[in-house]
Amino acid sequence: MKSLALAWRLLLRDWKSGELTVLAISLIIAVTSLTAVAFLTDRVGHAVELRAAESLAADLRLSSSRALPEKYLHIATEVGLESAVMVTMPSVIFDADRSALAAIRAVTPSYPLRGKLKTATALLAAESETASTPAPGEAWASTRLLARLGADTGSTIRVGKTQLKITRVLSFRPDQGLQFLDLAPTLLINIADLEATTLVQPGSRVTYRQLFSGQRATINDFKPQLEALLQSGEQLSDIEDTNPQIRSAMESAGRFLNLASLVSVLLAAVAVAMASRRYALRHRDRIALLKCLGSQQAFIIRLNLLQMLMLTMLGAAVGVVLGYLSQEGLAWIAKDLIAQELPAPGAAPVFLGFVTALCILCGFALPDLIQMGKTPVLRVLRQDVEPPPLRYGISYLAGIIAVLALLQWIIVDIALVLGIALGAAITFIMLGLAGWLLVKATSRFRGVAGVAWRYGLANLNRRGRESVVQVVAFGLGLMVLILLTLVRNDLMDTWRDSLPADTPNQFVINIQAHEVPLMQQFLKDRQLQVPIFVPMIRARLTLINGEDVNQMTFEDPQGERWARRESNLSYSDTMQTGNSLTGGSWWPAGTERHEVSLEENFASELNIKLGDVLGFEIAGEPVTATVSSFRTVEWDTFKPNFFMVFSPAALEGYPASYLAALYASPEDAGKVIDLMRQFPSVTVIDLEATLAQVRDVMDKASLAVQAVFLFTLFAGFAVLWAAVQSSLDERRFESAILRTLGASRKRVLSGVAVEFIAIGLLAGLLASTGASLAAWHLAVNVFKLEYQFSPAVWLAGPLLGMLFVGISGLLATWRVVTHSPVSVLRSA
Amino acid sequence: MNNQNSEFALKAENLSKIVTSPEGPLTILDQVSLQVSAGDRIAITGASGAGKSTLLGLLAGLDLPTSGKVWLGGNELTALDEDGRAALRANQVGFVFQSFHLIPSLTALENVMLPLELANHSQPRKAAMQALESVGLHERAGHYPRQLSGGEKQRVAIARAYVVRPTVLFADEPTGNLDQQTGETVIEILFEMNRESGTTLVLVSHDMGLAQRCDYILEMEAGRIKTEQNA
Ligand SMILES: Nc1ncnc2c1ncn2[C@@H]1O[C@H](COP(=O)(O)OP(=O)(O)OP(=O)(O)O)[C@@H](O)[C@H]1O
Ligand SMILES: [Mg+2]
Repeated sequence: MKSLALAWRLLLRDWKSGELTVLAISLIIAVTSLTAVAFLTDRVGHAVELRAAESLAADLRLSSSRALPEKYLHIATEVGLESAVMVTMPSVIFDADRSALAAIRAVTPSYPLRGKLKTATALLAAESETASTPAPGEAWASTRLLARLGADTGSTIRVGKTQLKITRVLSFRPDQGLQFLDLAPTLLINIADLEATTLVQPGSRVTYRQLFSGQRATINDFKPQLEALLQSGEQLSDIEDTNPQIRSAMESAGRFLNLASLVSVLLAAVAVAMASRRYALRHRDRIALLKCLGSQQAFIIRLNLLQMLMLTMLGAAVGVVLGYLSQEGLAWIAKDLIAQELPAPGAAPVFLGFVTALCILCGFALPDLIQMGKTPVLRVLRQDVEPPPLRYGISYLAGIIAVLALLQWIIVDIALVLGIALGAAITFIMLGLAGWLLVKATSRFRGVAGVAWRYGLANLNRRGRESVVQVVAFGLGLMVLILLTLVRNDLMDTWRDSLPADTPNQFVINIQAHEVPLMQQFLKDRQLQVPIFVPMIRARLTLINGEDVNQMTFEDPQGERWARRESNLSYSDTMQTGNSLTGGSWWPAGTERHEVSLEENFASELNIKLGDVLGFEIAGEPVTATVSSFRTVEWDTFKPNFFMVFSPAALEGYPASYLAALYASPEDAGKVIDLMRQFPSVTVIDLEATLAQVRDVMDKASLAVQAVFLFTLFAGFAVLWAAVQSSLDERRFESAILRTLGASRKRVLSGVAVEFIAIGLLAGLLASTGASLAAWHLAVNVFKLEYQFSPAVWLAGPLLGMLFVGISGLLATWRVVTHSPVSVLRSA
Repeated sequence: MNNQNSEFALKAENLSKIVTSPEGPLTILDQVSLQVSAGDRIAITGASGAGKSTLLGLLAGLDLPTSGKVWLGGNELTALDEDGRAALRANQVGFVFQSFHLIPSLTALENVMLPLELANHSQPRKAAMQALESVGLHERAGHYPRQLSGGEKQRVAIARAYVVRPTVLFADEPTGNLDQQTGETVIEILFEMNRESGTTLVLVSHDMGLAQRCDYILEMEAGRIKTEQNA
């Protein structure tokens, strides 16, 4: 108790005297940047998730081919979630004299839970968002359905046994998705009318859906609860299962945001480690004196720890508040860019701020503080008596391990954390080694250089261990900042490339063979790009290595499904762009052999090996082919892709229809309508809305990434600046002495400049190396991107290091040369 | 044994200190014995490097001798561990150093309060203020060391040393960093306070004039006591 009160009093006095300013500021800047980034990533991450959830029209979606129990809805209501129900089935609907196949979607009024429906009052009228759904007795029909029926709003249609009036044109559903191969046009009706249609009969192909949405935490709790209750055949999807483009954009964005948090934690560690080291060094005299006044070592160490703890808690509290405010400010500035309504931040960053501050302090400051506690009392008589030296390597390694454990706890992404750990460890070792070499080398260089250089380099050398520590600290700080920049650039490039402006937005399917040349000519005549026409053949898998598939069972439920349904086959001499082989080899063009290439996961779900012989039934005839390769497929390219692609020799001659993906700019919309008129039997699917949805998620994600990136960069420099400050004391003092000895301002400044520029140069050089290696690892193993080593990085690192560390050092020394040296000397 | 030693405030027997230097072992203190009665003032003089500070450090229990024993009051310092010696210092010993050793982030008053607070004194502020008054610095109580002159700093240090009413006060070149005039003022105060409290004083100085004001003078040379005389 005595030590608690005393520690508090001494802390207050230290604070009053300004002794704690540097440490407190470092700590506050570190926690501020850390929590601001955490708050911001939390919010924009959530915003991106919400946007992505629109493609499900919900946060969670439960589907089954059997009626779903009401129970789930009750539970959801109990825990405070919103819910909606959708029942879907294909049915032919009738107008006065025409009929068309439609996907009837009967929904409750709360549908959709995420995203908005877009409707128009009549065909070709302007569309607008709506929050309502069809009232009982009404139906909203998609443009395509109305075109087929030759009807418009106001018509009455027959759906099963009931009559409904079409009141609006449904132009967009957030969950309309990409299932373009068996996509019947939608008719949206009120679920109250479902019974009257009498369409739900045993044997009819009905899909039942329950949709849920709500607070993220509630959803996260509800999901496992629901999963535990699910019966077989009931399938739960969340945004993880949304369409692949959105998912991969979200995952990358999420990882990037994680990386940003990680970078801010590491930077905070650097700053606090440096500042607490300075604090500890300045405390040696005080500790000797306290011992001389009769304090015992354990008491002194306890006193130091308590002070540190108090300071940390206070600093963290202030930092958390500032972090919240600055993040709030940023969100406000960028509110038009990021999202109209950024969701409110969670409380986790507060906790994070405190735990990180503590963790960093325990990892980096404690060893120093405890060591300083061992300062011999004899120091009061002999200034050269020092505490026993600390093994920096070991103690900082302990700190780094503490921080990494913390990171893993926050980020829960072992690949990312390990990647950073590896990069940091390599950089750390390299930095330590290089710092040491530098110190050695400069001692030789000294003799031949000018006075400023001699003074600057002499300092580096004399402060050997300190210099190494500084090179390591600045190097690590710069490394993570460069790394963040590299990853950001890669990510933005990949996103930009993944959906170029001319990504196909119209899918034309059901093209008959004889129509292909006609359509090619049609497109050429109208200056539209002529796409590749991909043949597609419907077939049923019958035999695997001569064994009847119907008699086989498959462990994988997905495999089971593949085996029981009709598949779409295609053939080609060349592999689709965006596919890559993972086993076997592609057939030579013009081969006579019957070969098939399978998508990797498809093959493993059906338990098929290279060399297996597959038998199919196409239009009643048996066809066999040998599995000669496996592929991975990039599904997110908006190009037609197939699980099974055959050598042309195997399938040519069988009745095929063709499909093509083409890009039509908004100005060409009329030409697409011409195409539909000219070829009435083909189906044109407009993917523009889905594409826009994906683009929007990507735009959101990349804005988020940009905002967080800039913010982290800014915070990073603030943190490094604080770190430079804390390494300046001794130099200030020396500079003042040099001034009293008659050195000119220029000489003093250039001496400091040389020392700091040398540290910055070396730190920057090694940071570039470490960052390149880590970025390569992250790109290849974590973000799954192409990586190119960029030589510019090796220029940027050292330049940045020199400029930044050099200028910060100079600015801080400025006071010494502009004020009289006495003011500096007296304060020591 | 205890009885025999307790009549002395301070007693040393065959103190030696041998340190290892790059040129081999170096004897910096060689078989020094001395006895100081309670209330006595003794001066240790000698050339620079003679071993004065080393001896002072051993007598005060700041360091341990290579061989020999030290008693402070009735307690054998050399038999105690570091914490035991610290406890003894807290109760019985005060220090004044050549380079003052004030804590730069504490005001004059707070520096004087510190030993009282460490000892759980009930009214540290009041006692410290009194001590500052007796060295004539109560008006500078709120000033930081950097705002004080050398002489003023040393007066604060003296106030800090006396405020806990030590039985022995060790002073290592208390005027070493001060000019003649200021040094004399500081010494006046030191002796004045010593008179008032009856504290035993061990003073290291190569200023003979200062040494003359003590009861005994030990002159050291190369780690030995060369002469011992009454002032
Ligand atoms: N731990 C040590 N290691 C090496 N040499 C030491 C050590 N302690 C003291 N010495 C040396 O022993 C000698 C005596 O030192 P001491 O500080 O006691 O001298 P001093 O009489 O106080 O001198 P001054 O008047 O200059 O303060 C000096 O030469 C000093 O360098
Ligand atoms: Mg001395």
